[in-house]
Amino acid sequence: MADRPWIMRTYSGHSTARESNALYREGLARGQTGLSIAFDLPTQCGYDSDHPLARGEVGKVGVPIDSIEDMELLLEGIPLDEMNTSMTINAPAAWLLALYVAVAERQGVDRASLRGTTQNDVVKEYLSRGTWIFPPEASLRLTTDIIEFTVQEIPKWNPINICSYHLQEAGATPVQEVAYTLSTAIAVLDAIDVPDDVLPRVVGRIAFFCNSGIRFIEEMCKMRVFGRLWDRITRERYGVDDPKLRRFRYGVQVNSLGLTAEQPENNIPRIVLESLGVLLSRDARARALQLPAWNEALGLPQPWDQQWSLRIQQILAHETDLLEYPDLFEGSVVIEEKVRELEQAAWAEIERIEGAGGAIAAVRQGSMKRAMVESNRARLRAIEDGQQVVVGVNRYEAGESSPLVAHGTVVTPTQAAEQEQVDSLQSRRQQRDAAAVDGALAELREALQSGANVMSPSIRCAHAGVTTGEWTDALRECLGEYRPPTGLDVSQGGGPTGPTAEQLRRRVDEVSHDLGRRLKLLVGKPGLDGHSNGAELLALAARDAGLEVVYAGIRQTPQELIAAAIQEGVHLVGLSVLSGSHMTLVPTVVDGLDVPVVVGGIIPEADAADLRQHGVAAVYTPRDHDLSRIVGEMIEIAAKGRARV
Amino acid sequence: MSEELRDGLVAEVQAGEVRAIAEAMAIVDDLRRDGFLRRQRLAAELATGTPSHHSIIGLTGPPGAGKSTLAGALIRAWVDAGSGVGMVAVDPTSQRSGGALLGDRARLRFGPKEPVFMRSLATRHRLGGLAPATHELASVLRAAYPRTLVETVGVGQSEVAVEHVCDSVVLVIQPGSGDALQFMKAGILEIPDLFVVHKADLGAPATRTRNDLESILALGPGPGADPDWKTPVLSVSAQTGDGLGDLVEALDEHRRYLIDSGQGERRRSRSRIARVLDSFQSTYGSHGLELLGGRDAAIARAREIDGTDLDVFAELAALSGLASGGR
Ligand code: B12
Ligand SMILES: Nc1nc2c(ncn2[C@@H]2O[C@H](COP(=O)(O)OP(=O)(O)O)[C@@H](O)[C@H]2O)c(=O)[nH]1
Ligand SMILES: [Mg+2]
Repeated sequence: MADRPWIMRTYSGHSTARESNALYREGLARGQTGLSIAFDLPTQCGYDSDHPLARGEVGKVGVPIDSIEDMELLLEGIPLDEMNTSMTINAPAAWLLALYVAVAERQGVDRASLRGTTQNDVVKEYLSRGTWIFPPEASLRLTTDIIEFTVQEIPKWNPINICSYHLQEAGATPVQEVAYTLSTAIAVLDAIDVPDDVLPRVVGRIAFFCNSGIRFIEEMCKMRVFGRLWDRITRERYGVDDPKLRRFRYGVQVNSLGLTAEQPENNIPRIVLESLGVLLSRDARARALQLPAWNEALGLPQPWDQQWSLRIQQILAHETDLLEYPDLFEGSVVIEEKVRELEQAAWAEIERIEGAGGAIAAVRQGSMKRAMVESNRARLRAIEDGQQVVVGVNRYEAGESSPLVAHGTVVTPTQAAEQEQVDSLQSRRQQRDAAAVDGALAELREALQSGANVMSPSIRCAHAGVTTGEWTDALRECLGEYRPPTGLDVSQGGGPTGPTAEQLRRRVDEVSHDLGRRLKLLVGKPGLDGHSNGAELLALAARDAGLEVVYAGIRQTPQELIAAAIQEGVHLVGLSVLSGSHMTLVPTVVDGLDVPVVVGGIIPEADAADLRQHGVAAVYTPRDHDLSRIVGEMIEIAAKGRARV
Repeated sequence: MSEELRDGLVAEVQAGEVRAIAEAMAIVDDLRRDGFLRRQRLAAELATGTPSHHSIIGLTGPPGAGKSTLAGALIRAWVDAGSGVGMVAVDPTSQRSGGALLGDRARLRFGPKEPVFMRSLATRHRLGGLAPATHELASVLRAAYPRTLVETVGVGQSEVAVEHVCDSVVLVIQPGSGDALQFMKAGILEIPDLFVVHKADLGAPATRTRNDLESILALGPGPGADPDWKTPVLSVSAQTGDGLGDLVEALDEHRRYLIDSGQGERRRSRSRIARVLDSFQSTYGSHGLELLGGRDAAIARAREIDGTDLDVFAELAALSGLASGGR
């Protein structure tokens, strides 16, 4: 019998709830079969739209949800009892789920009929994605609260999507991906507190969100390894007898890190091949798929760009004969050998993590993060020295220019949308019943302190009109806050060798000698942006060139960065912003300092010109993939100083 | 380069003005030879204007013991109690590139308005685990704040160097590491004024390590520098905050002891001379020392002068007939 097609999703959301609602309805009309909600960074980090840290970030990379009214607008006209909704939400997952449930109740839809997913995996936030808020132990408690609640109340909900996707996007190898993801799953299941006879059902609700890179044969093998090891863990460790409940259920977004700014049309074949990695083998086929767009590395995609990616899925599912066969690789000796190799390596790593206290301890120790930074650095170096071919980047660079790019197709949410959201939030705050809000928050605090499940009081908060910031502040107060290790906290060995590296080092020695002390750089990540790859790799490259580099991790305010630059006595500041909020954040830092500032990230050319006008010494984008060249230029900028730039 | 000090700079440093502190640091952390006089004047003025009870506290111990996390917790406690804090964190320079990753800042979270000033430094190939200008930079901070922390990676030798920079030295070790034993073997257990067995939240291993350390100490490290100070062993967890109050208390007590006994000033003077000789020797070699009549004669001479570091240094250089920069 032919297999059923997977769920086809398009990850989207921006500006305001109203605009995103229109976007979703169009998507559903185009044949998309599930919703995948992208929230903006203030919502993901638990701030209201009018919080100082939200400035410039509201509605940029997703939809802002301040309270139940936004959620109602977002879901207006979408029948929740028929919908399968995936919410990419983590630290405040309990809150967004509470809002979803509350909206369903207002629509007259029974909780029990809701279907969908809360991402709700905070371990990978510490390791890669960056929207952490609370300490790891507290985060784990919130995660398990959601699981325990949904298993009873919303049985068709996937309460958690444990993610390997973001690990690969931060450079993890297939073995690291498998090992860290399953170690996270173990940490979660170990922390679950339900009667023994309920545990198998809980295990059956655990879902995964994986990645598929361009080496699609190996990726397919990786997915088989996931399946095997999960089967083993759930059987041996958690005593689940029913094979159906032991199945590795997963959704996928294919690799985006490898999508290039150069010759971006080449990304389409990359996306197709990466999809095959998780579709070809029936026994290890994804249940849901969302694809990036051809212009991934240029900025946020427009509806047409996303439609093209949806069409890829539809062609694969409905035109090809992909779904007609049983597993194609059953009995393949070659595949089996590769699977076994990955399986053994991943299992050894899982045991090592377990021996060192498990995933939560490894988060605190920074060991997984450090290892991923190492892998990412190795990956980039292989591209730089040509060992790993990337067409259009380090091979076949010359050619006709792309007519697609000329259209300049990326979305740029306006600052007006932010103001609209802030105004609407503030008027809602005025109008609501203050006593009901206080009462609901008091109940929430009580649950937090007593250790009771946070879901029911959160749903009450949702109905009472509590805001995202208020809910999260109550949790911050009771659970504390936490910043994970950067992965660069222990000096990483071994820089590159060769003539370019030597030349850079000699130049740094010269400049340092003239300056009277060693050239010093602050690498800063202003705002709520969690994209740390660029900053990490650049910090390492600068260190390898002989600079002293200060890096304090993501999510710093402009004021914190100014203070750091002054206190550290740096000669140069390098800011990295990929979330689109550069125009608000960068000028503030530049104005507060008298040393030169350079900026890197997803910066459209027009903005780059404005930033230069504002005194930024240089702007770098994904097209500038040669780190040595960037570092070389930065050394000269530092040598000249701000005044003469 | 100007040899003049900007008017008001010293007063601004003493008032804790951040940009002034940074300006003073740029003056002292500068290897260029011209500017020597300016450095000397700044050091002298800062030294005379700094209250004697302002202290420099060293946190040393192996990488990963939790020194930076503990520093963050200590600073938080002091700032909440209304006192400003300076910090110098020293990380190793990479042997191959000469560069360094300075990541300790990531463990500290302070609002831009809070009275905390942190400077990260790299060892810059210095033996002994301290950066060349550590003491000068810490002294700038000491002029501004009642307490200045110096965090160093402790691997044997650096404890000795740390002793000559700090008023109080805290050795931080972590459970299950066998660190205590190694420090004993390295013969440096006399140096710390306080021991912290950190990560007490780990439970049994922490208790074991504490017991090990206490029994090693009971064997007696021999007469230390301060016979009247009984070196305490404290169990602390920066993560949970347990024992932190005791550590704050013990540091205060040590400070009182140093003042009341007069050991504090004697120690500072000894350290000054040790640093000066060290730096004299690294600049002029043993030949320079011979010109002064050998090590003992140099020490005696330095004791007589005993002003600021740079005073002593300049004078010794002049005495030995060696040119000193900028004159
Ligand atoms: C990897 C990735 C992720 C990873 C990040 C992992 C990590 N820890 O870094 C994960 C999966 C976690 C992720 C998540 C998200 N992502 Co993302 N991500 C990417 C992706 C695919 C690649 C970025 C990258 O790492 N490139 C590799 C590094 C080395 O390149 P780079 O950072 O660009 O750096 C180069 C230059 O820019 C420059 N540079 C960069 N920084 C600096 C700093 C200095 C000082 C200097 C000199 C130079 C410099 O030099 C580097 C050398 O080439 C991009 C798309 C793309 N292909 O660029 C989207 C992209 C950046 N993400 C995007 C979005 C929206 C998100 C989310 C916000 C989605 C959401 N709504 O939840 C989330 C949340 C993240 C968060 N907390 O902020 C958007 C941003 C849109 C915009 N700006 O308008 C992009 C452009 C994708 C898209 N087209 O929609 N993402
Ligand atoms: N269990 C526990 N771990 C801690 C504590 N303090 C720090 N750590 C961990 O120890 C590791 C090293 O911390 P860090 O402060 O960087 O150590 P340093 O190298 O000595 O400066 C990190 O993984 C911290 O999370 C603590 O009180 N308890
Ligand atoms: Mg440290």
